[in-house]
Amino acid sequence: MRGRLPGALAAIALAVSGAAGATVDEGIEDVYMTPEAFLAAAFGGAAPKAEKFWVTGDHRAAIAGILGHRFGGLRLNYWRAERRTAWILEEIGKVKPITTGLVVHDGAIESVRVLVYRESRGWEVRHDFFTAQFIGARLDGRLRLDRRIDGISGATLSVRALTNLGRLALYLHNAVAGGGP
Amino acid sequence: MLPSTRTVCAAFAAAVICAAPAAAQDAMPTPEEMWETIQRQQRLIEELTEQVRRNEARIEDTTDRVAETEVMVEATGDLVESTLADDGGAGDGWWANTQIGGYGEVHYNRKDDNKSQIDVHRLVLFLGHDFSDTVRLAGELEVEHALAGEGKPGEVEVEQAFIEYDYTPGHSARAGVFLIPVGLLNETHEPPTYYGVERNIVEKNIIPTTWWEAGIGFAGELGAGLSYDASVHSGLGGDKMRGDDENAGTWKIRDGRQKVAEAEANSAAFTGRLRYTGMPGVEIAATGQYQSDLTQGKGDRGMGGEEVSATLIEGHVAIRRGVFGLRALAARWNLDGAAPDASGRDVQWGWYVEPAVRFDAGGFDIGLFTRYSVSDNNAGNDNGTALEHFDVGANIWLHEDVVLKIDRTLVKTSGADDEKILNLGVGFQF
Repeated sequence: MRGRLPGALAAIALAVSGAAGATVDEGIEDVYMTPEAFLAAAFGGAAPKAEKFWVTGDHRAAIAGILGHRFGGLRLNYWRAERRTAWILEEIGKVKPITTGLVVHDGAIESVRVLVYRESRGWEVRHDFFTAQFIGARLDGRLRLDRRIDGISGATLSVRALTNLGRLALYLHNAVAGGGP
Repeated sequence: MLPSTRTVCAAFAAAVICAAPAAAQDAMPTPEEMWETIQRQQRLIEELTEQVRRNEARIEDTTDRVAETEVMVEATGDLVESTLADDGGAGDGWWANTQIGGYGEVHYNRKDDNKSQIDVHRLVLFLGHDFSDTVRLAGELEVEHALAGEGKPGEVEVEQAFIEYDYTPGHSARAGVFLIPVGLLNETHEPPTYYGVERNIVEKNIIPTTWWEAGIGFAGELGAGLSYDASVHSGLGGDKMRGDDENAGTWKIRDGRQKVAEAEANSAAFTGRLRYTGMPGVEIAATGQYQSDLTQGKGDRGMGGEEVSATLIEGHVAIRRGVFGLRALAARWNLDGAAPDASGRDVQWGWYVEPAVRFDAGGFDIGLFTRYSVSDNNAGNDNGTALEHFDVGANIWLHEDVVLKIDRTLVKTSGADDEKILNLGVGFQF
């Protein structure tokens, strides 16, 4: 048999479109959880009123150190009830921002949920098997996580983005709630 | 703090009461004097009451202004943030959707027989552009060995140039020049992502990394950590895959890469891959490829114009848990034709195993590895032609994207003396 491109293309297109048909979504952007649902889950159904963290002076420098680049925003919304804070943060994986919800309790990460994923690769980071690694993580003296996060082959930049968001949420929690290394 | 009306009245009453005993001892004021005093105090009360009223109004006005200022600050913050989010503060243009990246590496190889060499092995620029949320361009331009041109050691190569279209969440199609989805290094070979200055011999001689072809492909996720790639694309070919008037074909797989440079396209190849990444730090994958005719329709020149089909099977596992890492890969080609059979290149295979540890050394990471590799491009002749490499070395990551490398390689070839090579390298990606 000698391969001919048009026939082969048609066969592959048919096979793949059939496989994809079972997972069609409303949009090309993968929304896994709304912010409202995330906050409701974080605070047992009733999210407290949003507060604002103004990124000033030393905080701006520290955040840039964590993310590895300048932070362009002025404020960050957060929600707080007693010693628990929740943050909805974004960081670019390869080219698109990954919207992530993080809950911190007493200076340790309690949960991480990828809310919106926009990259065309690296989707594995949204799964519980990956995000479960962050539970219980704290910051060390160098503003790094106190544990190593195992990566995912082919998703290096998405893994790095989520790791940095974990560090950022812990830093911000310590800034508003006290504590930290 | 300003006195309230109630406070002033109380003070007045207290003053009257306290004054009564004294008045009893002295001469009583006349009614006219008392009336005048009362009138004077009444005026004082009214003045103080008016002053309190004005102060309360001023406080209320100040409170309103503070609330208005808060609204204005919030609105300003919203505007600034939305402006930054829209265009990054750099203005709105095509560059807002364009990305640039790259990687490079410089190697030094010190051999025992005065064949040491230093080389800019490669410098690569990556260019990406998002036409929309679902349509994007990926391009990669590489310069190898510093100088390219007639009589120069290097090449300028277009390794990737494809359009990718996300036609539904989790699934995309691509058309153009892309990297073949096979092995551990072919798609991901930026220097900080692997151990060793030089790439392993299996993913050089058996999987001809870096290997790119032109065609159309589909990729996506199937769930539970499983993903697929399926593509049809240009195949191997050229004179070395059939021979010419003077020389027989070499049938060595790496010689068959046409690099999509006015490549013969009479015989396509089909590649499929299944890949599992459903556990942190774990990748398990298998790739198969079939090409019906390596001679690209021209037939083998030494064996009566026969077609020669080729099948590649590859599998690998990569694990990194905590500080420990392990990579293992095996690949095998079967070439079906009289000419490769006669030269012993009807079977070409290789495998390697690479355990490693990586740890934080206080501000930077150090990784130690060892690797045993075997490859044989003449495995069909059973003449002991396997090539063995035994590597030991270290990577030092000064930054996640910057690595220094050192390793020692022992090369064993049948019928030849062992060779020892010291390799040093620096690599980066961005």
